[in-house]
Amino acid sequence: MAHLAQRRWYPIVFVVALLVLLPLTVMLFSWHEVDREIWSHLWQTQMPRLIGNTVILVAGVSVGVTLLGVSLAWLTSLCEFPGRRWLDWALMLPFAIPAYVLAFVFVGLLDFSGPVQTLLREWFGAGVRFPSVRSTAGVISVLVLVFYPYVYLLARNAFLAQGKGLMEAARVLGHNPWQAFWRVALPMARPAIGAGLALAIMETLADFGAVSVFNFDTFTTAIYKTWYGFYSLSSATQLASLLLLVVMLVLYGERRARGAVRPANERPRGKALYQLRGFKALAASGWCLLVFACAFVIPMLQLLVWFWQRGRFDLDERYTALILHTLYLGCLAAVLTVSIALLLAFARRMTPTRLMRSTVSLANTGYALPGSMLAVAIMLAFSYLDNQLVIPLSTLLGGAGKPLLLGSLAALLLAYLIRFMAVAYGPLENSLARIRPSLPEASRSLGVGGVRLFFRVYLPLLLPGALSAALLVFVDVLKEMPATLLMRPFGWDTLAVRIFEMTSEGEWARAALPALTLVAVGLLPVIGLIRRSAQTRG
Amino acid sequence: MQPSKRLLAAFTLTALAGGAQAADEVVVYSSRIDELIKPVFDAYTAKTGVPIKFITDKEAPLIARLKAEGANTPADMLITVDAGNLWQAEQAGVLQPFKSATIDANIPSQYRSSTDSWTGLSLRARTIFYSTERVKPSELSTYEALADKNWEGRLCLRTSKKVYNQSLTATLIETHGEAKTEEIIKGWVNNLATDVFADDTALLQAIDAGQCDVGITNTYYYGRLHKANPDLKVKPFWPNQQDRGVHVNLAGAGITKNAPHAEAAKKLLEWMTTEEAQALFAGLNQEFPANPKVPASEEVQAWGTFKADAIPVEVAGKRQAQAIMLMDRAGWN
Repeated sequence: MAHLAQRRWYPIVFVVALLVLLPLTVMLFSWHEVDREIWSHLWQTQMPRLIGNTVILVAGVSVGVTLLGVSLAWLTSLCEFPGRRWLDWALMLPFAIPAYVLAFVFVGLLDFSGPVQTLLREWFGAGVRFPSVRSTAGVISVLVLVFYPYVYLLARNAFLAQGKGLMEAARVLGHNPWQAFWRVALPMARPAIGAGLALAIMETLADFGAVSVFNFDTFTTAIYKTWYGFYSLSSATQLASLLLLVVMLVLYGERRARGAVRPANERPRGKALYQLRGFKALAASGWCLLVFACAFVIPMLQLLVWFWQRGRFDLDERYTALILHTLYLGCLAAVLTVSIALLLAFARRMTPTRLMRSTVSLANTGYALPGSMLAVAIMLAFSYLDNQLVIPLSTLLGGAGKPLLLGSLAALLLAYLIRFMAVAYGPLENSLARIRPSLPEASRSLGVGGVRLFFRVYLPLLLPGALSAALLVFVDVLKEMPATLLMRPFGWDTLAVRIFEMTSEGEWARAALPALTLVAVGLLPVIGLIRRSAQTRG
Repeated sequence: MQPSKRLLAAFTLTALAGGAQAADEVVVYSSRIDELIKPVFDAYTAKTGVPIKFITDKEAPLIARLKAEGANTPADMLITVDAGNLWQAEQAGVLQPFKSATIDANIPSQYRSSTDSWTGLSLRARTIFYSTERVKPSELSTYEALADKNWEGRLCLRTSKKVYNQSLTATLIETHGEAKTEEIIKGWVNNLATDVFADDTALLQAIDAGQCDVGITNTYYYGRLHKANPDLKVKPFWPNQQDRGVHVNLAGAGITKNAPHAEAAKKLLEWMTTEEAQALFAGLNQEFPANPKVPASEEVQAWGTFKADAIPVEVAGKRQAQAIMLMDRAGWN
């Protein structure tokens, strides 16, 4: 049982969980009626293939992001080789590119009619055929290139935090770098890698934009087909709730696997542990450069070419408003989401009961739903509140009796909050866990308690984690498309909305302008994110 | 507080509370994108002084939003880019019938709803495009003939998830019945040169590059591509001229059931069918005006004249689900 002092956290956490529960409840209510015709059609003609595709995709992306993320993090955080100083943060830049943008860039570049194959046909004759980019391998590669930064960022922070004592001990005990990596560093970084991997898997399951450019049918495709084609929102919602169930299992598995490993908090290392030379240094630089080129340089160049060919004619004064709206939404959502996530993290620390743990986990599930599904569920929930609560209340108080929530900025921000809670919660929980209970205890014994304790002890220590969380949410909101489309107030077009309008017409070259602008807006926070966490190492 | 901050705060407050509505503005939900409708709205506002507010999204989310908002919707008009979607909106009960002599006179009846719930505004043909290097027009005849063996490995199609292909298949079912249509679709799938494409533009580029010889796309995608690249080695062919004619689809609009400004919306809709607005609306996207008195733009006229299928376009909606299931069975992904 929780103490009385602990129980005062319950109301806050319950309200937040309730907010997330609203759209989930809407989804559960969809089960009151089942359209047998659609279900049996889907099972007979679609599901085996779609589920197979989804399993292959998730497996491929998992292996890919782990290999890329961990190897790059290990190299940039523990070794020294030419180019390490800038590759260290440059490797995080792909995070600013939305998956749907990288998808159409690669298909546009590498498909049969794209510049690469056209050039190769000119060299080797019109008869040569190359493997199609619109394939399982192609879609996995693109998703790996956009999602590896999750693993890279978290694994890198974990390697940096491991301190020099451990690795030096491993060295003294006769381990070579490989053995030290496998036996010491990797097991200790496992929780961080798992958390990054879980984010990448959730993104993969929820993705619709990138897979539809490849016309690669996944479980999400079935959801959209049912909604957009059969116009059965309830069947689509039923499918989405099944997807959610799978995601909850993934999250549960990740929590279980994380187990009792606690984040280390040692003295940071002064300098690199392994000075790579000769062939090894060359290989390290080459590997990092290769990934950076594929995930960032080549797509940027292609976008620039398209911008020059087509996009520059669209550039006008409206882009000022588009950029401002995008920034404004990102900032508001980041502040709101981080504040609420901080509350949750504190509540979980102060009141470590089972009820609290499950409520907090529940509040983190919004991330895994396909964006449109979540958006429409939130919209339904808000319109219900408008009709049942806001309008009667406003009429009672002599107001206009008009709906307040739907179509308002507040509703859109709440949608972002529900969707990106997990993104903010992870880093905050991590940095909170690093504050040993002895520290606040000591402060209390010195007479510093309550609000002053928060501002003088917790806040300074939490600031790095909070900043990471805010930047992650900010960049995610920039890239977010479906909820923004459905719930934005009139006139609140963002860069993502403009990209949608161009790609929905198949005008990839013209989508290059808003896409480039979006990446440019997202770059600064991403650089900030990585530079800040690099400060631990002088 | 600095003035800019104060402005920002006021901005936030109004936006947070949803904002109040002016008396005779018109509010539009549109799945036709910003750059293809804004010039039309601007022209109307300049002429009448009536301001128009709009947001864009895909049809299904917009219809879901209209349904959820119910009696409290701010929207007066719904614009979509496919007859099937308009029919779905009508079925969802989010449109109200309008009786307008102007619209009846301007738009032929097969391009309107039989219950006067919506009207077409511009037409696009979904026709056959061929490589001028590898195909002679005389080899082509009908949509159905693309299922013949001699096109094996030469045909390109877009995904069946796109509503345009669902509408085309729906009209095939209406004409031939389900069994014959499934045979035709299976023939198409069998003739595919490569995996189906995610959009029409990529498909046309594939014909140009030599990946396939023929394909089926909407005319305006060709128009845009041809404008950007006049050397395109692809041309349109008008099939089925000996029988029912080319499959035609439309972009259209209806007035929402709970429109706060239904009268103002009706006036806007009527104006959009007039000669003045039609040339602009269709011309922006290289489409054919739905009003037969208005000639298409010169670029569009250069593609030649053709006989269009006279089947009422709302068939696309009625048979949409049937068409999707048929395409799924036939293996058209």
